[in-house]
Amino acid sequence: MKHGFRYLDPLLGLILAPMLLGIINRVKSWFGGRQGPPLMQVYFDIAKLLRKGAVYSETTSWLFRAGPIVSLAAMMTALFMVPFGNLQAPLSFSGDLILLAYLLALARFFTVLAALDTGSAFEGMGASREVQFSALAEPALILGLAAVARISGGTLSLSGIHHGVTFSLWFQSGLILSLVTAALSVVFLCENSRIPVDDPNTHLELTMIHEVMVLDHNGPDLAFITYGAALKMWLLGALLVSLVLPAHTHDLIPIDFISTLVDTAIALCGMFLLAILTGIVESRMARVKMNRVPQLLIGASAIAALALALAVQPVKEKNGNRTHETQVTYRN
Amino acid sequence: MTNIILVFLVLTNLMLLGTGRISASIRIVAAQGVALSLLPLLIHAHGFGVRAVLLAAATVGLKGYLFPRLLNKAQRQASVRYEPAPFLSFSTSLMLGVASVGVAMWIGESLKLPEIESPLIVPAALSTIFIGLLLIVARKKALSQVLGYVVLENGIYVFGVVLAQNEPLLVELGILLDVFVAVFLMGIAIFHISREFDHIDVDQMTTLKH
Repeated sequence: MKHGFRYLDPLLGLILAPMLLGIINRVKSWFGGRQGPPLMQVYFDIAKLLRKGAVYSETTSWLFRAGPIVSLAAMMTALFMVPFGNLQAPLSFSGDLILLAYLLALARFFTVLAALDTGSAFEGMGASREVQFSALAEPALILGLAAVARISGGTLSLSGIHHGVTFSLWFQSGLILSLVTAALSVVFLCENSRIPVDDPNTHLELTMIHEVMVLDHNGPDLAFITYGAALKMWLLGALLVSLVLPAHTHDLIPIDFISTLVDTAIALCGMFLLAILTGIVESRMARVKMNRVPQLLIGASAIAALALALAVQPVKEKNGNRTHETQVTYRN
Repeated sequence: MTNIILVFLVLTNLMLLGTGRISASIRIVAAQGVALSLLPLLIHAHGFGVRAVLLAAATVGLKGYLFPRLLNKAQRQASVRYEPAPFLSFSTSLMLGVASVGVAMWIGESLKLPEIESPLIVPAALSTIFIGLLLIVARKKALSQVLGYVVLENGIYVFGVVLAQNEPLLVELGILLDVFVAVFLMGIAIFHISREFDHIDVDQMTTLKH
């Protein structure tokens, strides 16, 4: 029963991920005084694109066709490693957080290759920006996760971290957790090309980062890319939600089945809340100037590094106390 | 609580490295000073005396009120709003700042000091001193360099508050007075430089030698 249940979470992600984009668009339209597209609009778009045929430029090679497929496959694999609700992820082993970072990097690498393969100057520019910014965002992700892994019991797996983070841990070391949350929020917005870093709505090639790389993709390829982006948002969002809303009702509700359902429902609410927050951020903030973006990301990395440094400290503090105690006894 | 203040100190340092807007920098340095003034009250587990309160009050008055006023006045007189192109770009100096925090942590590890409440104090103090020096070296406008000097002093202050718990009050107040006079004089100097040369770009002053 429990074993089969584990696959519920990735399934939820696969089904509900495009909904997040719909929610963000609705919140943005609400702020703009418009009615906005229906919540399911992204599903309609994907379905429409899948029914179309694809047109390929003669100058492109197989790399261009491989790009969307590889990045979607990487996202789907990553989705099976990220825990959601109170369940262990189906794929979980020590060190899977590093694999997660590298799956994100693999997807990005193939998107960049496909963009460069077209030979378009615009896409090359977008690829250059994407690589630059993600190189700066990756340390923030890894260092932040390492800090949380350290204080949540020392397991190097995402599921272990997910189980280790509880509300009592927030009372104990809220400082570290809030620093990591801040760093991961910046990573979330940057990786999903959201507003302080990138504007998903612009159609000005000069200011775009992610969108400009996929200008030449069409039909099913574009559907894969859109769906892959939604999955990426889902899995990075799930990481954030499991940090901020560590719902473990297992102790309160003795029946396994119900507590799992309740936890999953709470986590789902957290995801939708996150989407609404992203929409609000997007409506209230202007995007940062392009040459200021690296600063924002280095700042996030710095915050994550600080959190890791703080997380490593407590052992030493204990030692210090112990020496202090021995000194006192010596004096006595 | 001490840890929160020290983390705030490091974060404000990094913010200073990342911003070129001088009025924002003045405000950040003021906030840093006010946060640091709470340290003498919190650092002792067994309550605090009149001395600590007096020191805290003097620090708040000086760093939270007088310095920002003086510096804002100097900024208005010299009419500089921001640091357009420092010697080191903002990103580079941010990265150097993060590296300096790492180095400070490393030094703090080998520099074991007795009677320290928080393991963060030595790294925070050292990195603040480094970043203050970096601000003095890397920035072009004289006003930013004065801010770097105040940050440097903040770092020394953290060291002093923790290590010299039995330092006489007179010495601490004397140091504060010195810093005040220094900032006061620098404010006047900036005013004169800007009146004489119409700018406060330090690197252009090397031409005066010829």
